[in-house]
Amino acid sequence: MTKRQKRLTLVVGVLAGLVIATALILNAFRDSMVFFVTPSEVMAMTELPERKFRIGGLVESGSVVRADDSAKVSFRVTDTARSVVVTYDGILPDLFREGQGVVAEGWIDTEGTFHADKVLARHDEEYMPAEAQAAIERAGHPPGAGQEY
Amino acid sequence: MIAELGNFALILAFCLAISQGVLPLVGARTGNERLMATGRSLAVGQLVFLAFSYAALTWAFVASDFSVEYVARNSNLALPTQYKVTAVWGGHEGSLLLWVLLLAAWGVAVAVFSKALPRKMLARVMGVLGIVSTGFLAFTVLTSNPFNRLARVPADGVDLNPLLQDPGMIAHPPLLYMGYVGMSVVFAFAIAALLSGRLDAAWARWSRPWTTVAWCFLTLGVGVGSWWAYYELGWGGWWFWDPVENASFMPWLTATALLHSLAVTEKRGGFKVWTVMLAILTFALTILGAFIVRSGVITSVHSFAADPDRGVFLLSMLAATLLGSLALYAWRAPRVGLGGGFGWYSRESLLLGNNVLLVVACAAVFVGTLYPLALDALGLSKISVGPPYFDAVFMPLMMPMLFLVGVGPLIAWKQADPVETSKQLRWVFLVSILIGIAWPFAMGLWKPLTALGLGLAAWILLTAAVDTRNRMMRRRSQGVGSMLGALRPSFLGMHLAHAGLALVVVAISMVNSYEVERDVRLAPGDTATAGGYEFTMLGVGGVRGPNYDADQATIEVTRNGKPVATLTPQRRYYDSQSDMPMHQASLHRRPTRDLYVSLGERLSGDAWLVRLYYKPYMFWMWVGGLMMAFGGFLAAADRRYRLARERSTVVAEERPAATGRSAGQEVG
Repeated sequence: MTKRQKRLTLVVGVLAGLVIATALILNAFRDSMVFFVTPSEVMAMTELPERKFRIGGLVESGSVVRADDSAKVSFRVTDTARSVVVTYDGILPDLFREGQGVVAEGWIDTEGTFHADKVLARHDEEYMPAEAQAAIERAGHPPGAGQEY
Repeated sequence: MIAELGNFALILAFCLAISQGVLPLVGARTGNERLMATGRSLAVGQLVFLAFSYAALTWAFVASDFSVEYVARNSNLALPTQYKVTAVWGGHEGSLLLWVLLLAAWGVAVAVFSKALPRKMLARVMGVLGIVSTGFLAFTVLTSNPFNRLARVPADGVDLNPLLQDPGMIAHPPLLYMGYVGMSVVFAFAIAALLSGRLDAAWARWSRPWTTVAWCFLTLGVGVGSWWAYYELGWGGWWFWDPVENASFMPWLTATALLHSLAVTEKRGGFKVWTVMLAILTFALTILGAFIVRSGVITSVHSFAADPDRGVFLLSMLAATLLGSLALYAWRAPRVGLGGGFGWYSRESLLLGNNVLLVVACAAVFVGTLYPLALDALGLSKISVGPPYFDAVFMPLMMPMLFLVGVGPLIAWKQADPVETSKQLRWVFLVSILIGIAWPFAMGLWKPLTALGLGLAAWILLTAAVDTRNRMMRRRSQGVGSMLGALRPSFLGMHLAHAGLALVVVAISMVNSYEVERDVRLAPGDTATAGGYEFTMLGVGGVRGPNYDADQATIEVTRNGKPVATLTPQRRYYDSQSDMPMHQASLHRRPTRDLYVSLGERLSGDAWLVRLYYKPYMFWMWVGGLMMAFGGFLAAADRRYRLARERSTVVAEERPAATGRSAGQEVG
C-alpha cells in the first residue's frame, strides 16, 4: 500500500468507528429515554405506554399506606387536579413526606396503578423536585401553589 | 475587620492576576526580558494574598463570625471544630476561594519547577495562567464574594449540610479541585505552545508530568467522591451517573486520552494537533463542570443555591475559552507538521484507537448529561436518561479499550508484527479466557458479560506481568540489581495504573452481577438473610452525638451460625434540621466483600425498615483507584523529566525521533 492509501484506510477506519459509535449512542438514548408525565396526563391516557416513564406531583395527604409484614408501601401522587395510585417496595427517601413533592419512575398496569421502582423526593428544606413543580403548574396552578397544599 | 482584610486581599490578588495575564505576554511578544520575568513574582504575590484571604475566611469560621453571610449559612456554634475548618469549602463561595487558591499554588509550582523552560515559553505559560486566574477571580469577586456581611447578625448560624459533616468530604473537594485546576496548567502549556507556534517533543516533555499529576488528583477526587457517596449517602450506590458526577468524569476521560496522546507526542512527535485539542477540550470541560454544578441548572447534593448571574458568567467564560483557543488553534494548527508516520499495527495506532474510544465515551456522557438539561431549558420536554443509557453505551466502548490496554504497552512504536504479538501472548490470552470462564462459576452463577469483564481484567494484569518479566529478562546476564534497575518509575507507574484499572473492572463486574440488595422489615429478634449471611436485629436505641441525636440499630451478622460482625447503622437527626434525618450506614469490609446495613424508618410497633447489602469485591474498587493515582505519581516522578529539564535549556529543539524498540519501550 502507498502512504496515501494507508492514510485513507486509517481515515475510513476511524470514520466507520465513529459512525458505529454514534449509532450506538443514539440507539441507547432512544431506548432508555424516560419521559415525564403528570397525573392528569396519566388519567387522560387512552393506551398504556409499554415503556417506563416518570410521574411527579405531591404526595396526597393521608394516602400513605404501609404493609404490615413487608417493605411495601402505597400512596397517591396528585398534581392538585387528578391523582394516581403508586406502589413501591422498599425504603422511601428520607424526605418523602405527605403533602410534599415527589417523583416516581416505573410503569402503569391496566388497573391504573403505577408500580414505581424508583422514588425521588426533595434534597433539602427549600427544594421542590422540578418535575413535581412542573406537574402542578401544568395542572393550571401558579408556581408556588404546592407549598400551601 | 479580619473579613474586610480577607476581602481586600482577594481584590488585590485579582489585580495581580490581571497584571499577570497581560505583562508576561506583552513581554514575550516584544522580547522585553523584564516584563517576561514579572510572571513569576506576580504568581507568588497572588498566592500570598489568596492564602491570606483564605486564612481570613477560615478564621471567620473558627471564630463563628456570623456577621459574614457565608459563615452564617454554612456553620453554627455546635459544629465540631474540624468541620468548621472544612466548612470553608462546604458552599459555593468558599469552595470557589479554595479553587482560586489552588490555581495560584499551581501557578507558583510552575514558576518554581520550570526554571529550565525557555524564558519566552515560561512567560507565555504564566500569562495564560494569569488570564485563567483573572476569569475565576472575577467570578469570585463579582458574583460570589464569600466575605459579604449581613446587616442583621444572627445569634447562631444555620449549619453545614449534615451530609458534608464527614471525613470523606474533607478530602473530596480539595482533591477534585487540584485536578480541575491542574488542567488549567495543562491548558496554559498548550496555549503557550500554540502562541509560539512550537508544538514539539520538548513541549510534550514539559507538559507531560504536569498533566500526569493533575490527572492523578482528578482520579483521586473522583474516587474519593464515589467512596463518600457509597457510605455516606447511605444507600450503597457508588456511581449514579448524576450530572455532577458526570461533570467530573468527562474531563477525566479526556485527560486520560490526553495523557496517552502526550506519550506519542513526546516519544514520536506525532498526534501534536490532537494533543493540543485534547488539552483545550479538557480545560473547557472543567469550566463546563463548574457551570453544571454552580449555575443551579440541576439540583443535587452538590448544587449550590441558584443564581442566574453565576450561570451566565460561567457560560460566558466557557464561550470565551472555546472561541479564543479554537481561533488560535485554527490559525496555528495547520502549520504544525504531522510527525512520524506509523503502521496500522503499532503502539501509535493502538493509542490512537484508545484515544478515540475515550473521546467517544466522553461524547456519550456529554449527550446523556446535557441533552435532557438543554431540552428542559428550552421548555421542549422533560426527559431523563438514567444508568441504563450510560451502561448500554459504556460497556461496548470500554471492552475493546480494555483489550488494547493489555496489548499496547507490549508492542513496538512505528511498526509492530501482529504475528509476533500473537505468539508472545497466546498463552496469556488462553489463561485470561479460562479465568474469565472459571471465576464466575466460583461465584455461583455464570453470566457472559461478567466473564468478559473478569477475563479482560485478567488479561490486563497478565500482560503487565509478561511485560515486566520480559524487561527484566533482557538484562538477565547483568545481575539482579540491573534487572530491577530496568524497571524505571515511568514503566512501573504505567503498569501499576493499568493494574489498578483492572481491579476496578473486577469490582464493577462483580458488584453489578452478584450484589444482593434487600429491603426488609425487622423487629427485635427477626432475622433476614442476604448473600449467605444472616442479619439478626437485636434492638434499636437512642444515641447522642456532638450535634445530633440518633436512633441506632444493633444488628448481629452471622454466617452458618458463626458470628461475623455486629453492625450499628444510625438514623441521625441533626439539631439544626431535626426533621431531615440522615443515614449513617454501617459496614463490615473484607477484601472480597462488603456487608452494608442502612437503617430506614420506623414501622408500626418496634419494627424498622432495614436495607441489607452484600457487595462482593467493593474493596478492589478503592484499591484500584488508589493504584491508578499512585501509578501516575510514580510515572511523573521519573528521573527523565528532571533530566530533560536540566538539558532542555541547551537542547530545546525537537529530539531526533526515537529509534527502534529500546528507545521506545515505556509509555509511562
